[in-house]
Amino acid sequence: MIKPVVGFFGDEQYARPRRRLFYLVLVLIIVADFLVARDHAEYLWERLPGWSAAYGFGSCVLLIFVSKFLGHRAGLMRREDYYD
Amino acid sequence: MTDFVHPALIFILGALPIPFFTGLVRKSYLVLIPVLAIVAVMAIEPGSYGETQFLGQEILIAKVDKLSIVFATVFTIMALIGTVYALHLSGAGEHVAAFVYVGSALGVVFAGDYLTLYLFWEGMAFASAYLVFAQGTGQAIRAAFRYLMVHVTGGVVLLGGILLHGAAAGSLLFGPVEGALDAGAYLILAGFLLNAAVPPLNAWLTDAYPEATVTGAVFMSAFTTKTAVYVLARAFPGIELLVWLGTVMALYGVIYAVLENDCRRLLAYHIVSQVGYMVAGIGIGTELAVNGATSHAFAHILYKGLLFMGAGAVIYVTGRRKLSELGGLYKAMPLTVAFYMAGALAISAFPFFSGFVSKSMVIAAAAQDHRALVMLALTMASSGTFLHTGLKLPYYMFFGTDRGLQAREPPGNMLVAMGVAAALCIAIGIFPGPLYALLPYPVDFEPYTGVHVSESLGILMFTALGFVIFLRALDPESTISLDTDWFYRKGARAFMWFAERPLARYEKAVSDVSETAVLPFLHGSARTGMRLDLNGVDGVVNGVARSILDGGGVLRRLQTGVVTHYVLAMIAGLIAAILVFAVVWR
Repeated sequence: MIKPVVGFFGDEQYARPRRRLFYLVLVLIIVADFLVARDHAEYLWERLPGWSAAYGFGSCVLLIFVSKFLGHRAGLMRREDYYD
Repeated sequence: MTDFVHPALIFILGALPIPFFTGLVRKSYLVLIPVLAIVAVMAIEPGSYGETQFLGQEILIAKVDKLSIVFATVFTIMALIGTVYALHLSGAGEHVAAFVYVGSALGVVFAGDYLTLYLFWEGMAFASAYLVFAQGTGQAIRAAFRYLMVHVTGGVVLLGGILLHGAAAGSLLFGPVEGALDAGAYLILAGFLLNAAVPPLNAWLTDAYPEATVTGAVFMSAFTTKTAVYVLARAFPGIELLVWLGTVMALYGVIYAVLENDCRRLLAYHIVSQVGYMVAGIGIGTELAVNGATSHAFAHILYKGLLFMGAGAVIYVTGRRKLSELGGLYKAMPLTVAFYMAGALAISAFPFFSGFVSKSMVIAAAAQDHRALVMLALTMASSGTFLHTGLKLPYYMFFGTDRGLQAREPPGNMLVAMGVAAALCIAIGIFPGPLYALLPYPVDFEPYTGVHVSESLGILMFTALGFVIFLRALDPESTISLDTDWFYRKGARAFMWFAERPLARYEKAVSDVSETAVLPFLHGSARTGMRLDLNGVDGVVNGVARSILDGGGVLRRLQTGVVTHYVLAMIAGLIAAILVFAVVWR
């Protein structure tokens, strides 16, 4: 049972259904975020449906580019033989 | 004392006969010991055991309460899983070291006084260093030495702190540090923070863990940092500094993880990040926060062990560890992929996995304590966690470009260990009740509310969207990243250069002076003496007086030079000592 499931995420032939499933999940999450009850919202942004989706996406992009900037421009990334 | 069997003793004494067993007997014995320890922890009753006196100090070998029981429970469970994972090893050395390591960690968790704690603390450092040495390559041995040096230094700092604190407080009993922190408390805190891998004291972890043996790294990922979390929770709850250190740490780990190419070093940076949640939780210090930190440590040990087992299985089978050289393994090792992913979803805090029920507690505690910034930063780190452990690492390790590697599933014992860990990650996620019941404070927290679930999924799945869009930007690059170990790796080199060049040259110059100036002078004075002798007794007194004058002049010039150096060095040292003293004292 495990092999077909893992295969679904790896095999080229499932690329299209995989992508469709992914987009469907994204849409469902946004819809669900509009429907859930928000009685205990502590902060202003928590009352906005979809804030977590935007924050997640933004965090991901920010982390990738800030890290790569630090790695390439600020010189954190070095050749593998740096310490040799 | 009769109804109490110290679990540390089971492991440490239990380690001794391992070399004398072989084959199936040894395997059964190796499994038996952790099982006995789990039973001993389950049977344990809160209380104080082993009170005695040593050098006029009160010693308390074991102080058992809810906090120590939670950690002991997960330590013994993880010891069993890690032992099963390592069952195929033919040598006894690693098993012995692992058992002593686990036993020492348990010793720390139950220690009722600082001396007992310190003893086991050092035991952990030495036993775990063996797991890196055992890898045997030059690279690993160098990393192991650095690991040992850092921990020995940390141990000295801790011991200094313990002595100062003991002198000030009049007791060496281990408990919450009360009142304003004094110099001793700060040194103890520094020793603890080093083992918790709090930046800038984090580099030993990410330096050494990826160099350890496949099975050794599984143990290492579980015990050192989490005993540090335990002692912080015990001694320093509610220290504001920890909130910020923890928050920075959570982001520090994920930023470095973006740059990392070595699969286990990437996971090691995520230990730094995850321990950040725990340190922040301890810093917040409310009941919910300490519960969150404790449960997160519990969940973390299991899923991080699982992730290290998954990555270790890949290294074991392929012999490769760089993401830029891996890929396309999913067809050959689907079970490993599935188990690894259970750990990845757990660390990413997907609903119905263990990380969800513990991490959300820490974040809720930050929100409840009105710390918006901490909450947002920790949420951002969650996004980064899924990005690397859940997406980048499995994508480049198991999927991605097929490198045509010869691969197969790892040995059965490895699969069983991963399976058990994966099952626990899911079971805790679905039924958090038993874990919550173990926590030090009563739990009034419901992880599965509609908002919690939809927010978590929103953050995680839209992180996945970002991953899909910017996939190319994440392609692993064959580089290493500079971390704070730069200071001592380059510093040691500078020191050696100094010892070999200027210092050696200075020594040569000094001996040159004696050869070129002092020897001729001696020759000269001898000749003068002879001439004086020849010139008659009259001249003797004057002659001797003149040569002493001359010789004194030369000697004075020589000596004043050296003495000024000494004095300068002493003054510089004195100023440095005063500065350090002033800073620490404040």
